Amino acid sequence: MQRRGAAQANSEQWVQCAKCKKILFRPDFERAMRVCSHCGHHHRLRARERILLTVDPNSFEETDADLRPADPLSFPEYADKLRKGAAASGETEAIITGVAALSGYEIVIGAMDFGFMGGSMGSVVGEKVARCFERGAERRLPVILFCASGGARMQEGLISLMQMAKTTAAVSRLHRAGMPYLAVFTDPTMAGVLASFASLADVILAEPSALVGFAGQRVAAQASPGKPPANFQTAEFQHEHGMIDLIVPRRQIRPTLAYLLEMLLPVEARTR
Amino acid sequence: MMTIFDFEKPINELESAIAELRQLAAEKGLDRSREIAELEAQRERLLKQIFAHLRPWDKVLLARHPKRPYALDYIRLMCEQFLELHGDRLGFNDPAIVGGLAKLGGYKLVIVGQQKGRDLKERQKRNFGMAKPEGYRKAMRLFRLAEKFRLPVLTLVDTPAADPGVESEARGISESIAQSMLTMFELTVPTVAVILGEGGSGGAIALAAANRVLMLEHAIYSVIPPEGCAAILYRDPNKAPQAADALQLTADSALQLGLIDLVIPEPLGAAHRDPQTTALSVRSAVLQQLDELSRLEPDALREQRYQRFRHIGVYEVAQ
Repeated sequence: MQRRGAAQANSEQWVQCAKCKKILFRPDFERAMRVCSHCGHHHRLRARERILLTVDPNSFEETDADLRPADPLSFPEYADKLRKGAAASGETEAIITGVAALSGYEIVIGAMDFGFMGGSMGSVVGEKVARCFERGAERRLPVILFCASGGARMQEGLISLMQMAKTTAAVSRLHRAGMPYLAVFTDPTMAGVLASFASLADVILAEPSALVGFAGQRVAAQASPGKPPANFQTAEFQHEHGMIDLIVPRRQIRPTLAYLLEMLLPVEARTR
Repeated sequence: MMTIFDFEKPINELESAIAELRQLAAEKGLDRSREIAELEAQRERLLKQIFAHLRPWDKVLLARHPKRPYALDYIRLMCEQFLELHGDRLGFNDPAIVGGLAKLGGYKLVIVGQQKGRDLKERQKRNFGMAKPEGYRKAMRLFRLAEKFRLPVLTLVDTPAADPGVESEARGISESIAQSMLTMFELTVPTVAVILGEGGSGGAIALAAANRVLMLEHAIYSVIPPEGCAAILYRDPNKAPQAADALQLTADSALQLGLIDLVIPEPLGAAHRDPQTTALSVRSAVLQQLDELSRLEPDALREQRYQRFRHIGVYEVAQ
């Protein structure tokens, strides 16, 4: 289940575009990777769907699936939010990680799930992201991460803020190993995630119209004279300002990643 | 500007009474020393009583106290010498971040800190201590200078947040924060961070990826401002005091959670009542950390810093 921005199901056969409200034939919609055939709106994907759409068939092996969130501060309503997040997403946390093959190249891959507490980064997300980079450095594999997050997870307090530093430290390991790190910003990629590991990729792709930014829109507007530009905090705005390499429609993401791997990996890179 | 918080009111009343009495005695040439001494003893008792029972929200107010010493005050009070350096070499010089070359108790080092303003004009100039991308890029430039000349780094953290404005977004505020942390993790010189006042989320951690992280007793360190947390959690920003409890943003909590290495005690009544003594406490704490860290080899320093942050996190492993 996805909340805001998701295609609403009218029946088994038909879905309505969350943006242009046109009715779409579900099998076509799924074949188009949930991109509206009328207006091009990219509906959010679940983390597991994202990975399966990206990697070579039957190549994905999940890692660290046994990590579960704790409630270290006994924070109000956190236990309940975790239960709801699990029910809504069918996952145990806001990221899925593993190893897989992409166009024959062996990779470490992770995808965040906005459906689980807004994709927020607490201890488990931080740990799994850090392990991705360490695994990449150790096994000399490239790392590909699909970001979808509202930011750090408030309910784990300062421990969540520290995950920004922890994941950043882990990126430095991969950098030193000389292995590529590719990030794809999907809707939304915000705050503590954007201000840590997400922005440190060697090459950054983003899906069209994805929300990408640091502060909430209201806070940003209040802090600035005049009106923010119409495309403020979209992938296109960040691309205009040099923070994103390419805006890539969903269908082109897999071939673009494959090309980048081919270009950046050493010739003897491990393939399956 | 005079701001008095509720919990400080009785103290301030006593303090004005003492000042009045002193003035009166001086003007009239009378000896009122016994009364003054009595009032001062009363003040001391009251301070002890009040400061023994501070709630997290009181600490938020203290950390933001308009008279609290700021980075440049500490630099002035604790360094033998300091030469401020300016600019990010990319087109900007952010006054919200100050940095330069300092002498401190036998060490030559690079200091980088967040600087708030004392009066309205300076507050605006310093953007209330909210650094823009160019501020973090200035910090990075100074970190690299430290690495090149093998100087230890001291960062002084005191910010409500990184600047959230449209221009900062356009210049890559998120990227600059991430790069600042990354640069700190790559250093092979000793690094010490001290949270002086407000450790405001990403804006603070950007300068706090250090070998040792210390906090002043009444400083706060938080993933989100309590007002923002209250707006989300209780749909009411006025419930910030409850949010401050939930966030466990005090120095004691951070130490108990194993997220910082040391709490530096403040004088009775907090840093703004005695900046000199506070600065000396910060100085000796920093020097002790530098003495310890200086024994480590360059690679070991980087590794210690990596491990220090790598192991932060609380989770369970399913059977």
